[in-house]
Amino acid sequence: MTRIHDMGGRFGDGPVQPEGEDEPIFHEEWHRRALAVTLATGSLGQWNLDMSRHARESLAVPDYATFSYYEKWIGAVADLLVDNGVLTRADLAGEDSPADGAAHPLAGRALTKDKVAGVLSRGGPTTRESNVAPLFEPGQAVRALRPAANRLVDGGHTRMPSYVAGARGRILMAHGAHVLPDSNAHGLGEAPEPLYAVIFPAGELWAAPENPDDEVVLDLWQSYLEPA
Amino acid sequence: MPHDHHSHDDAHPHALLPSDPALRVKALETILTRKGLIDPAALDEIIDTYENKIGPKNGADVVARAWSDAGFRKALLEDATAVVRDLGYYGRQGEHVVVVENTPETHNMVVCTLCSCYPWSLLGIPPAWYKSDAYRARAVREPRKVLADFGVTLPEGTAVRVWDSTAEMRYLVLPMRPERTEGMPFEQLAALVTRDSMIGTGLAKAPA
Repeated sequence: MTRIHDMGGRFGDGPVQPEGEDEPIFHEEWHRRALAVTLATGSLGQWNLDMSRHARESLAVPDYATFSYYEKWIGAVADLLVDNGVLTRADLAGEDSPADGAAHPLAGRALTKDKVAGVLSRGGPTTRESNVAPLFEPGQAVRALRPAANRLVDGGHTRMPSYVAGARGRILMAHGAHVLPDSNAHGLGEAPEPLYAVIFPAGELWAAPENPDDEVVLDLWQSYLEPA
Repeated sequence: MPHDHHSHDDAHPHALLPSDPALRVKALETILTRKGLIDPAALDEIIDTYENKIGPKNGADVVARAWSDAGFRKALLEDATAVVRDLGYYGRQGEHVVVVENTPETHNMVVCTLCSCYPWSLLGIPPAWYKSDAYRARAVREPRKVLADFGVTLPEGTAVRVWDSTAEMRYLVLPMRPERTEGMPFEQLAALVTRDSMIGTGLAKAPA
């Protein structure tokens, strides 16, 4: 049900290692290239943001645990390229293929330098018109469903962390209707529905909260919630 | 219910590439370039954008304006997406922005426990610690101990509100304006706004 990426609240990770504000953004040259290859291949339009996240979460557990951040990105991109038919396994293995020399059918979609600024500044908004009526309004008490799981695809992508499953909170903000990752990550359509910021007292989530007045806010889709 | 095929796939295609990460990226870039699927000049442009053009200066500009102009601050807290768009700070990973204000009663702090969601158009690429397992795992459960890792201790009576970025909403913290900054020129005010103060793992700098 859960995957290794769902680590909120986990014990055993040791101290956070802050970095100075003047530290370089990229620590290795290949980090730069990994980020850029990820963004450029994304603009080929063969997968969406949710599929991309799901590909990183789907790395084998030992890989996820040991890969550095950009290794996860580049591993996921290689998997997406093959799973979506853009490249073949033979391409990745460096084996000659008969198609070499012929133009790739997607070559016309390659992101060119002159288009980069436009693509990055347009972004990819996820608000949509939706025919799903909002069930909740700010102030209302709700409970996050338990277990935290994709209810469309068993073992599939979801944005509900396991630490919030079953907890009681209240609606803090209504964000309008957004694309539902649980559906969109699996090619089942955008299925937009209302999204809410839901606030939970720390004592609802943790056995020994640091302070009873502390709170955690999560953005949760309507289908993750029930009235409480 | 259909099952997610990935969970049973133990022969991921990426394993066909060299295992050394630098060589792996290079190999993939070479294959994609040869097939005309990426343009190396476009990659350079993407890198230049996030290395030199988009960074915490954008967020610091927003914060200093909010400190200086009550009308701007009010509009920002009501609809940050519209306000940052007017300033030219709309963009990838900054399509839906919410600004949350620190007060003596509430200290806000932002994390993404599931991956590394971060307001790129306002703060640039996240620092390594933001993407680390330790921060992702601990920020929601023990934010005060995490703050201590950053050398921050909150006054008695301040509650912590942690924002776990589980959707496409991107949260920016509006730190409290430091004392003894009345009448300070805008550029000097903006220079007090650190990246960490806008994530909530730091406070704005005190004036020299």
